[in-house]
Amino acid sequence: MNDTEVQEKKSILNFKIDLVNKRHQNGSLIPLLQTAQDSYGYIPEKIIYYISELVGIPAAEIYGVITFYSQFRLKPLGKNLIRICEGTACHVNGAKSILTALQDELGITVGETTDDGIFSLQSVACLGCCSLAPVVMINDATHGNLTMDKIKKILKKYKTEEKIRIAS
Amino acid sequence: MKKIKVGLGTCGISAGGELVFNKLKEEIKTKNLGIEVNETGCMGMCYEEALVEVVDDNDSFLYSNVTVDKVGRIVNEHLINNKPVLEWIIKSNEVSKEDDFLKNQKRIVLRNCGVIDPTSIDEYIERGGYEALEKVLKNFSQQEVIELIIKSGLRGRGGAGFTTGMKWKFANQEKSEKKYIVCNADEGDPGAFMDRSVLEGDPHSVLEGMMIAAYAIGSDEAYIYCRAEYPLAIKRLRTAIRQCELKGYLGKNILGSDFNFTIKIKEGAGAFVCGEETALMASVEGKRGVPRLRPPFPANKGLWGKPTNINNVETFANVPWIINNGWEKYSSLGTEKSKGTKVFALAGKIKRSGLAEVPMGMTINEIVFDLGGGIKNGKKFKAVQMGGPSGGCIPASMGDLKIDYDEIVRTGAIMGSGGLIVLDETTCMVDLARYFLNFTQNESCGKCTFCRVGTKRMLEILERITIGKGKENDIDILEDLALKITKNSLCGLGHSAPNPVLTTMKYFREEYEAHIRDKKCPAHNCSALIEYTIDEVNCKGCGLCIKACSSNAITGSKKAVHYINQELCIKCGRCFDVCNLDAVIKN
Repeated sequence: MNDTEVQEKKSILNFKIDLVNKRHQNGSLIPLLQTAQDSYGYIPEKIIYYISELVGIPAAEIYGVITFYSQFRLKPLGKNLIRICEGTACHVNGAKSILTALQDELGITVGETTDDGIFSLQSVACLGCCSLAPVVMINDATHGNLTMDKIKKILKKYKTEEKIRIAS
Repeated sequence: MKKIKVGLGTCGISAGGELVFNKLKEEIKTKNLGIEVNETGCMGMCYEEALVEVVDDNDSFLYSNVTVDKVGRIVNEHLINNKPVLEWIIKSNEVSKEDDFLKNQKRIVLRNCGVIDPTSIDEYIERGGYEALEKVLKNFSQQEVIELIIKSGLRGRGGAGFTTGMKWKFANQEKSEKKYIVCNADEGDPGAFMDRSVLEGDPHSVLEGMMIAAYAIGSDEAYIYCRAEYPLAIKRLRTAIRQCELKGYLGKNILGSDFNFTIKIKEGAGAFVCGEETALMASVEGKRGVPRLRPPFPANKGLWGKPTNINNVETFANVPWIINNGWEKYSSLGTEKSKGTKVFALAGKIKRSGLAEVPMGMTINEIVFDLGGGIKNGKKFKAVQMGGPSGGCIPASMGDLKIDYDEIVRTGAIMGSGGLIVLDETTCMVDLARYFLNFTQNESCGKCTFCRVGTKRMLEILERITIGKGKENDIDILEDLALKITKNSLCGLGHSAPNPVLTTMKYFREEYEAHIRDKKCPAHNCSALIEYTIDEVNCKGCGLCIKACSSNAITGSKKAVHYINQELCIKCGRCFDVCNLDAVIKN
């Protein structure tokens, strides 16, 4: 087993332990789904059935909860998650042109993942750093005071890093 | 002895505060200076982040806009040679560059934010923390606490402004073995970040407020429902709760009394409607966050059918201060019907964006100009948007309006949770209304037909108006739909969804008419209704715009007048931004 496989096994094991610990708590369904998503990156179908059996809630109902909340996804994400802030401050400071630049550069729209699986693009209602508007968050890094050129440069950096990683 | 504090709220971290923090620690370690570097919450001046405060025995020096490159000089000159780098300092005994922002504030909720290390319970206790809890447990009956909060005039800071003490009284009067306290930390309004800053900067004040509320209504268990988008707030709350359990502020027989209390955190999963109390409770129970009919109110039948008291983060953070300083002092602040202070998240086209806590009764102009420093880039003040998607726009002509729950409702907006977005002449009010409608339409849970379908229809109309395809009777249809959505929705989301449209139609009707009749956007914002051209007199043929254009729409040889091909132009406005000669015209 290589490192990533070991890591994966570990997180799935942790997930199962977590599930068993949490199942008797009141209102445990959402925390369980959050744990599942943390472990897998998304919520696989088989996990819905697994949770259903564990907590005694029909799978259809669980599916209803998953699709109600914007945090949950039923498909895996790309390697880099780009989240564009659509808060009011960003909106009045030109978030729209930043979104246009992102969509042009990546060739995908909000909610999609690039074919090579490197980028996913999402929009969020507000990242809460309104003084830096317009803002885009890539993975855990926040990029503020953006212009169309700035965001293109930032994307380029991520693309080059990815190329270097593949080459090595 | 020197001590250093670095502002590490989300705003500080995004501005590079964490890098500065690490660099400072590293430099101090390699140079063996033995100076303590601590993190603190948001100091409110988000526009000056990253902020570093160097405190010594008789002065404190606040550095603004600190980057990693600046750390070396601060360490060498200030920390080693005791010569503060004056040009970067905005506040000390001698320097007071940002006085206007601070001197107009009255910090009650934010009393510890940016002052203490939020991960240290000892620093909170040093500043009088948990004294209010002790006082209440030792000297006050439940009724006395409730009376005191009612007399203080504290109203719910989540938006609706219901008297907090009355809420507690209703929950107290219910007879039940089990009662719950819920802290609503699902701050969903775009443009609002007050609650996040309080949770990140001073989590213990919220916990203490919850403990006092729990004692008053007779509850032994609480949930904090926090947005998952606030990972740092959740982390700091977890730390704070653990510290309280170790120190005996949570658990059984707290401070030797017979009061038992536990607090749990529930992470939200991304649904705006969950800020509504009945939807929030459904979500805590693990269901879809769909609101239900009230009554029964949560005070009678709440979480799992038990009496429940729900308050917002800022409301709870006020409580310990009121107990410590007396209701008289609290109610001496503010207006006749709105007491105390309100925290506002200032953002948009304002010079100093950040977090400001002001006494109720301050005017909008005072907040925008005296505190916020006015509008960015010399533009004209047009309006403020208050209350997020449930609120509305108040025009600049009403700038003398006093901030007060009831005064604001009279304008058609609401106080809301405290987001205050400042708009200038380049903001199109129709587009702003469309923006908010798009938000509420997306976030409608779908239970009530008028909210689900009505907002969709309104959005479609607004979309066509902004692209120049509006019809003559569109304004009437919008008004009619707005009224019906307000009347026929169950919860606050639906009731207030039309507010942004109604207020902009009330105060900026001529903008709607210009879009519909003349196919013009007076703010030059709606891209379908504007055209970029080049002025033949001003253009010197420098080629800057050609380089900036991403769609190759501009042509022209060097030193000759350039032209924009309208068919290729995507109206991104970059040529307009780069031209130094005012040769690109937007009309």
